[in-house]
Amino acid sequence: MISETDKSATYTEPGVAGLVSDWAADRQTFDMPWGKIMMWIFLLSDTFIFSVFLVSYMNVRISATDPWPNASEVFALQIFGEYVPLLLIAIMTFILITSSGTMAMAVNYAYRGDIKKTVWLIVATALFGASFVGMQAFEWSKLIEEGVRPWGNPWGASQFGSAFFMITGFHGLHVTGGVIYLLWTARRVSSGYYEGKDLAIVEIAGLYWHFVDLVWVFIFAFFYLW
Amino acid sequence: MSETASQQHPIGLYLKIWLLLFVFSAFSYAVDYYQVQGALRWTLILIFMFPKAGLIISISMHVRWERLSLKYVLFLPLTAIAVLIILMAIEGDYTYLTRLLFFDR
Repeated sequence: MISETDKSATYTEPGVAGLVSDWAADRQTFDMPWGKIMMWIFLLSDTFIFSVFLVSYMNVRISATDPWPNASEVFALQIFGEYVPLLLIAIMTFILITSSGTMAMAVNYAYRGDIKKTVWLIVATALFGASFVGMQAFEWSKLIEEGVRPWGNPWGASQFGSAFFMITGFHGLHVTGGVIYLLWTARRVSSGYYEGKDLAIVEIAGLYWHFVDLVWVFIFAFFYLW
Repeated sequence: MSETASQQHPIGLYLKIWLLLFVFSAFSYAVDYYQVQGALRWTLILIFMFPKAGLIISISMHVRWERLSLKYVLFLPLTAIAVLIILMAIEGDYTYLTRLLFFDR
């Protein structure tokens, strides 16, 4: 156990020498609140989960002998009688990026001690997240109506459905969990629960939210565009 | 703690990153909208994907300002994923060729 008062170490040495002294010196290795390093470890494990999903998707897509359904057509929306490819997905992408922006600003205001702006920016982030989940629910119902199932679909390789539902479903669950997490954080921050303490808790919630956005970058590129 | 001090960046930085992410996403979408196909499509998708991921990790998630100790913890394990991608791509090709050989009999 390392006591809170043991701050003799400075964590200022840069580069590899700093790396060595961080790990070798008689002090805690990571110069950050425990919640933050725990969030990082969690995100690292989550990275592996999503990577395994995407790698298995790659594997079944390479090995499928039936043609892979064209995502551009599958996810097209009809607007004024014209088919616009991937429209909903593009809107969802922009919404998630915007929510990531508001979250980054929330973290910044939290460290400046501006509680009011922090709370509102977190709530805005959660609302963007909720609208993302809503659009995903719409997309799922549309595809299910058109006959996409985990074991088959009308357009080609039957692995398409299982990959789609697993990957986007797992990501959607992360967004849903994130919305709840953010609202809870906003409530605690606004109620003065962290008064007098630093608001690292907002940064930690922010890490999670940015990660969800990061995962979407890969899903968008590999599942929807590829 | 040193992190707390390093969190002070102007809001403008985040707005710039936000704009850049928007632009890269718009380009990605344009790849599909204009139906670019083949090797050029895959190259462009990756060219627009990696800067987005890099910006989110380094700026939004502040990894750029973290100490090397954390960076190694985050990035060294990813080499295992790179190995997995290579192995599963080889395996997928093998399965595909095997299916071509035996499914049509």
